Amino acid sequence: MADMSEPVLTMTGIGKQFPGVRALDGVDFRLFPGEVHALMGENGAGKSTLIKVLTGAYSIDSGDITLAGHPVRFGSPLQAQQAGVSPVYQEINLCANLSVAENIFIGRQPRRFGRIDWAAIRRRSRDLLRRLRLDIDVTAALGTYSLAVQQMVAIARAIDIEAKVLILDEPTSSLDATEVQQLFDVMRELKDEGVAILFVTHFLDQVYEIADRITVLRNGRLVGEYPTAEMSHVDLVTAMIGKELSTLEQLEEEQRPELSALESGSPFVETVELGRKGSIAPFDLTIHPGEVVGLAGLLGSGRTEVARLLFGADRADHGRVLLDGEAVALRTPRAAMAHAIAYCSENRRTEGLVEELTVRENIVLALQAVRGWTRPIPRRVQDELVAKYISALQIRPADPDLPVRNLSGGNQQKVLLARWLITEPKLLILDEPTRGIDVGAKAEIQKLVAGLSRDGLAVLFISAELEEVLRLSHKVGVLRDRRLVAQLANTDDLDADRVLQTIAHGSDAASGAAS
Amino acid sequence: MTRFTAAARTAVTHRLFWPAAVLAVLVLGNVAFTPNFLHIEVRNGHLYGSLIDILRLGAPLVVVSLGMTVVIATRGIDLSVGSTIAISGALACLVISDSGDQNSVGGVLVAVGLALALSLVLGLWNGFLVAGIGIQPIIATLILMVGGRGIAQLITDGQIITINSDPYELIGGGYLATFPFSVLVAVVMIALTAFLARRTALGVLIEATGGNAEASRLAGIRARGIMVMVYLFCGLCAGIAGLMISSNVHSADGNNAGLWYELDAILAVVIGGTSLGGGRFSLGGTVLGALIIQALSTTVYTVGIPPETTMLFKAVVVTVVCLIQSPAFRAKVFGRRPRPTPTTPAEPAKIEVPA
Ligand SMILES: Nc1ncnc2c1ncn2[C@@H]1O[C@H](COP(=O)(O)OP(=O)(O)OP(=O)(O)O)[C@@H](O)[C@H]1O
Ligand SMILES: [Mg+2]
Repeated sequence: MADMSEPVLTMTGIGKQFPGVRALDGVDFRLFPGEVHALMGENGAGKSTLIKVLTGAYSIDSGDITLAGHPVRFGSPLQAQQAGVSPVYQEINLCANLSVAENIFIGRQPRRFGRIDWAAIRRRSRDLLRRLRLDIDVTAALGTYSLAVQQMVAIARAIDIEAKVLILDEPTSSLDATEVQQLFDVMRELKDEGVAILFVTHFLDQVYEIADRITVLRNGRLVGEYPTAEMSHVDLVTAMIGKELSTLEQLEEEQRPELSALESGSPFVETVELGRKGSIAPFDLTIHPGEVVGLAGLLGSGRTEVARLLFGADRADHGRVLLDGEAVALRTPRAAMAHAIAYCSENRRTEGLVEELTVRENIVLALQAVRGWTRPIPRRVQDELVAKYISALQIRPADPDLPVRNLSGGNQQKVLLARWLITEPKLLILDEPTRGIDVGAKAEIQKLVAGLSRDGLAVLFISAELEEVLRLSHKVGVLRDRRLVAQLANTDDLDADRVLQTIAHGSDAASGAAS
Repeated sequence: MTRFTAAARTAVTHRLFWPAAVLAVLVLGNVAFTPNFLHIEVRNGHLYGSLIDILRLGAPLVVVSLGMTVVIATRGIDLSVGSTIAISGALACLVISDSGDQNSVGGVLVAVGLALALSLVLGLWNGFLVAGIGIQPIIATLILMVGGRGIAQLITDGQIITINSDPYELIGGGYLATFPFSVLVAVVMIALTAFLARRTALGVLIEATGGNAEASRLAGIRARGIMVMVYLFCGLCAGIAGLMISSNVHSADGNNAGLWYELDAILAVVIGGTSLGGGRFSLGGTVLGALIIQALSTTVYTVGIPPETTMLFKAVVVTVVCLIQSPAFRAKVFGRRPRPTPTTPAEPAKIEVPA
């Protein structure tokens, strides 16, 4: 850490009221030059709101902000940027139809002779992304890339702005361990240059790895500011949720059915050479009722592509799918849903929620679509279903008639999950279902998935967090370069290392557990 | 006192408040010029009065705007309603004028049936272009907007078909149980649309499709079916309006019937608070919006604004209405009160009602 003398940013007594919700209540926050400062708290604690209030995305109700000794109040994110505060918001707000390079330089294009210098834009974009070790075609539309790449592009844009203060709101929520390390490297470099970094995450390990100090919020109030070194894991969690956490341990104790027992029955879904050109090489995969199959692989290895083929979101051009032994055509999501397949997309903003509809409408949307427009779900049934999942997933605020866009990121994720759980599927495809969800709720959701699988649900589980995959799955499919290279039974000797080895070598290094 | 302010605040934040207020101001403004503007009387068993006139003359626009609302809610637009109005009226008048007895109820029913059937076909055509082929709505419906005038001309053979049929005249100019028939038709259409939108699941499926098309597809909504349905419905609405308009003037004019109606209908929808960006729609707002536009036309006459400035006057009023409805604008102009929270982060200046 550089000098602790003068904070570059101080926020005092910050208050922000939304209709019916006091999002921030007298919050104080300090940021010193050359430090990484973790802002922690449960879903809906007010982290993103604090950031938006600081950067002028939201107006401020009360309190003062000082930047480098001068009182400031930004009217818009652009003003904040010009003053040296560079934010990456939680929900990526770039333009999917513009190229990667355009997205990085939009609004501040380098000019030559008064005209936009496209060559420079492309060159500098490539350099920037290379700094994050990302080697992609910068002229392709941003929307063609996975969420993780989009996240990296947003970060690249932010670090290129000469900033005194860099703000990263859950930048790692969709990144794999390797990308996280690359991001951390860059963060350390910036820190050494004296940049102050505000970092939000729900991954405690990352906090302990990179953060110098921690500020904890709870229900819009400041709990405290602590040096990371003096705060234990348990204390941190306790500060965040206000009580001690115990559910995580419970999950470990519960007995998972043996894979062999599951596989003796007939599979619910079986793919034979299923594939799609340019997206995923033909693969064979079986999932039995009650089985959780996890997918592991690096960024762009084809995990999401497997999910999309099984749901009919993309059309396969090779191979077949058998459901309960019978060949079926999964040409559209609708067709897959008719066979009780559900797919919870990783990208809740563009592929998941309809932001202006209410929590209730979003939750019942898929169920309603299956029933068709002539048979509306009676209000009473809606109320029951929605109330059940609002409490099961701890959706906050617990108001079914709130527009979904008014919810915090983690709570939006829970709404999306609820949508698919109420359809009572036989195969549930979860692509990063716990993205942006806090520690407590994450454990609840993992428990829920484990419970459902014990009741006979087949689950395909994708997560960038390998520990989570290993904790839940009976079998782990490993992908590399858009190819399913191995399937590892999740026995006692399977650990993250062996999975990473398999990813690196493209085949199972240890004895042949592949099926 | 606090109770009152609280109630007032609820009223002001209600999404129908501003359209209703504007309509009220327009009506009151008219009262200043024509003191008996609010006067309504029963003459020969018919309701008479300026307000009734607004309702009666505004009925076709209300009906067309209902169709336009659901199209816009899917993030589409239908520019062809004016042409459909002309075609529907032309076909009905042609059938009636060709029939031996123009006053036969059966003949008129056949004419009405044919005209509405043709309107449905036209709506289906739009739906096919948009949902089936994937042409952008503004282009897809532009085809029929331009081509439709030609079709109407073909039907009328380039002439103005004048008819003299009492049963047909009922639709746009007649009365039933003291009420103007066209107003009753409009009320039935409003009720029907509201029923389809809010008592079935159609409304929310339309809003989902317009709000986020890809998410809706992945939620299993058959977006194409929905799109076809809304264009079909919009065609039907335009067809009905075509009948009302031609019936009111006892004639069909392929060139001028329903001219610029698409613009009035789009305006009505926008004034009513439905965003051109699709998603949430408000039928009540649309009805108010259509009435505002009709009241405006009436005002132009009662106040005696010179005809050459009519368009300008309308434009000014519409601009003001749109500005007043924008929270960002109100915050700027009406001072320091705590701003309503921008609903979309990072886009604080987003104006909900594009002017
Ligand atoms: N635009 C808005 N309108 C109304 N309420 C909002 C709005 N944005 C946030 N809120 C509410 O403010 C509270 C704080 O939300 P915020 O997004 O800051 O949480 P967060 O700490 O970032 O949570 P997460 O970890 O889930 O991202 C929540 O209760 C949320 O519902
Ligand atoms: Mg957040």
